[in-house]
Amino acid sequence: MTPILQLKGITKQFPGVLANDHIDLRLNRGEILALLGENGAGKTTLMNILYGLYQPNEGEILINGEKIQIESPTDAIKAGIGMVHQHFMLIPVFTVTENVMLGEESLKFGDFLDRQAAAKRILDISQTYNLQVNPNDLVKDLPVGVQQRVEIIKLLYREAEILIFDEPTAVLTPQEADELFIIMRTLSEQGKSIIFITHKLREVLAIADRIMVIRRGKMVGETLPENADKNSLAAMMVGRAVSLEVEKAEKERGKLVLSIDDLVVADKFLNIVVDHVSLDVHEGEIVGIAGVQGNGQTELVEAVTGLKKPGEGKITLLGEDITKANPRTITEAGSAHVPEDRQADGLVLPFPVAENLVLCTYYQEPFSKGLVLQYGKILENANQLIQDFDIRTPNALTPVSNLSGGNQQKVIIARELSRPIQLLIASQPTRGLDVGSIEYIHKRIIKKRDEGTAVLLVSSELDEIMELSDRIAVMYRGEIIADFPNKDVTKEQVGLMMAGILPEDALAVKEEPLVEPEP
Amino acid sequence: MSKNNEEKQDPGKVLLEEINEPQKRRIWGVISVPLLAILTGVIIGAILIAATSTAVYDAFGESFFKGIGTAFSEIFVAYRSMFTGSIGDPVRIINAFSSGDAREIRSALNPFLESLVQATPYIFAGLAVALGFRAGLFNIGVEGQLFIGAACATYVGYAITGLPGIIHMPLAFIAGGLGGALWGFIPGFLKATTGGHEVINTIMMNYIAFRLTEWLLSGPMSRPGSGGMPISPIIEESAQVPQFFQTPIRFHLGFFIALGFAWLVWYLLFKTKWGLNLRTVGTNPRAAKYAGLSVVKNTMLAMALSGGLAGLAGAVQILAINRSMALGLSSGYGFDSIALALIGNNHPLGVVLSSILFGTLRNGATRMMVVARIPIDIVDVLQAIILMLVAAPAIIRTIYRLKQPKQEETTVFVSGWGGG
Repeated sequence: MTPILQLKGITKQFPGVLANDHIDLRLNRGEILALLGENGAGKTTLMNILYGLYQPNEGEILINGEKIQIESPTDAIKAGIGMVHQHFMLIPVFTVTENVMLGEESLKFGDFLDRQAAAKRILDISQTYNLQVNPNDLVKDLPVGVQQRVEIIKLLYREAEILIFDEPTAVLTPQEADELFIIMRTLSEQGKSIIFITHKLREVLAIADRIMVIRRGKMVGETLPENADKNSLAAMMVGRAVSLEVEKAEKERGKLVLSIDDLVVADKFLNIVVDHVSLDVHEGEIVGIAGVQGNGQTELVEAVTGLKKPGEGKITLLGEDITKANPRTITEAGSAHVPEDRQADGLVLPFPVAENLVLCTYYQEPFSKGLVLQYGKILENANQLIQDFDIRTPNALTPVSNLSGGNQQKVIIARELSRPIQLLIASQPTRGLDVGSIEYIHKRIIKKRDEGTAVLLVSSELDEIMELSDRIAVMYRGEIIADFPNKDVTKEQVGLMMAGILPEDALAVKEEPLVEPEP
Repeated sequence: MSKNNEEKQDPGKVLLEEINEPQKRRIWGVISVPLLAILTGVIIGAILIAATSTAVYDAFGESFFKGIGTAFSEIFVAYRSMFTGSIGDPVRIINAFSSGDAREIRSALNPFLESLVQATPYIFAGLAVALGFRAGLFNIGVEGQLFIGAACATYVGYAITGLPGIIHMPLAFIAGGLGGALWGFIPGFLKATTGGHEVINTIMMNYIAFRLTEWLLSGPMSRPGSGGMPISPIIEESAQVPQFFQTPIRFHLGFFIALGFAWLVWYLLFKTKWGLNLRTVGTNPRAAKYAGLSVVKNTMLAMALSGGLAGLAGAVQILAINRSMALGLSSGYGFDSIALALIGNNHPLGVVLSSILFGTLRNGATRMMVVARIPIDIVDVLQAIILMLVAAPAIIRTIYRLKQPKQEETTVFVSGWGGG
């Protein structure tokens, strides 16, 4: 059978980087092909070539065995290729119908939009593929998972046969991700062909029919999910054996470092988002806060780091009241903060790596003397940290915006962990990072804990919480509904609590798995 | 931007700012658009000169080739007079140097020196805008701050008597800076504490400044016996910024003071922690907050500093050139300076270069008007075209088929325009 899509010898050269090096790829009709690779491996470049955003330097693209030229997304859509981008291309104030129609308007009486006809087609599509949406809802009112469905409907509305999903689960909760997989399965059963770009091993094994691994611009391997496991895939991706299980020794916890007492935080609309939370973190202990995103974790961290003033309650760091302190005081008291949104909060993107590495300390000796910045010292510090933390950058003066996501995060980790600290607050420290970087960052956090630092870890990745934490607190709708030593709970139980099931009920459940079982 | 030749041994010097990686390609990427915009502006200006000349139309009436010939000679005369008016007549300069007559050398070079005189207030005002942009603030109030600065400098200049020049002149100068700083601080304060947008508030502060100085000049600061004309007394000689040569050469110390301030602003922005504070707040306020900086304090500081520089622009015009204050003090320095800062990529060196360009154009335009009878307005049009081309780099990139720069280059270019 002729494959629906074939790429032959695709090569794309960027200044100084060979992003794609003679890549061959074949996609059969009705197949879900997972394209696995680290960030910066060249997956997205390849897909952008397929979608007409880049032109390859060499190679050819065949659809149904016929060679075609794709010079723009319009060509790609004509050829039946559609892409669900990581960041949705939707207009929030338009309805679902209007968003789907955009660029493909069906008209009646000459120039008037025929919304009814479009809405009807959308309903047809949503029934055929089991994509539940209300065509008249405004996109801004929809949860992220449903917005993604709208993106998929947009493609089906344009009669795409080949659907490319670029890291589709990055923005989803575990439940939403599971729903997406069901949708993808339905699509493939209906004859659509899917390329699924990801670096998450669990997802690949759960959904793919076939797996291709890309590393440093080269296709390094192809396998079937039944012949692979997490470790073998990770090794293919990174090019060396990777230990996915975190090695962590038992450790006695020491004295109290951070104490949160009956804390209440309101958001800007005066909704209570942190609801009478109390939590202690001790020396040499990692306390993981599990929870689906948006349950108050962000605001809790903001309150503890001084970015948001709490309404009620008390926060103490090493016996000192920091409830109303500003961020600099808290930092100087020995606290480090790896922020949730690294690009918005943690870095000044156009600034060089060296300046970002002293973002919280440049006003102090030795980085400035009096008023004058000591760039010699700042550079020395940068070169040291680049080496110690294995930050991949051309040099210390490169703007941090030029670095990959993993290396940007390493810049923050290096800056925060290289200071003498008693408390580390790490919020989503590995979100969107590749396997190699995750492994590295996990090791660093464990090392800090072993040195006696108290760690408050916030993550919506349940695996991460389970692997790193000594104690697990579950946050749901602003409250901490459970606080257990890690060894007393299973992943399934924590998953249930994240969904709001009370601990006593969750602990009664032993067998029933919430998430897809590991193969 | 000349730093790419700098020795590698002093890494601090290489790191003079984030856009200034030691790569020639990058530097070309930064300066190519302004340079090509100027070239394009000159070409379009030439077409306008030909198109607005009645002589050219008359010649076309006779024959096509005569028309073309006349058009080219009109353009040639216009640009030649502009060149000799703003740079000098090369033949005269060479003759002057070979004759060795110091007086003759000076007057041969005067057109160029006069261009520098014209550039001086532009430098101060351009620095004011650039500093604001670097801190993420769009100071449109430079014109008003300039008027207030000028009024303060004037007052100190005539009201205080009996001081030696070494004290009086700096004092008047500083007064101008403080006046402008106050006028900039107010919208900065409003922005920091209430969130009132600085674009609106600085524009409003301009109106207040214009009317306030008008009232001052016709009331409390009016010149005795001026008959109600809004003009101030003449400042004391001790407050005057010295001119180097006899009239009509107006070249004065203020130009070098301006260069000094350009260096100072560069040093402040790129070498001190206050400067890094300002740039961090200006580039990413959320990260600034995360790093423990006070966005409120830095916003106020940046607006005060920006206003202070604007005030100095007014002060230097009064103390070095006008010697008394009247309402026609500024020919739109405050507004041109926004454009200047943009052309200069919000970098002090860029501001100095683009100020000299503006000064030269302004100065040459006067001569062009006299010799070639080309209306001075054509220079306004020329400037406007150059600015539009700089502000919309896509036009230049399309005309000259330049490659699109990488993302961070464009973001650097427009940093500060976010306003919010």
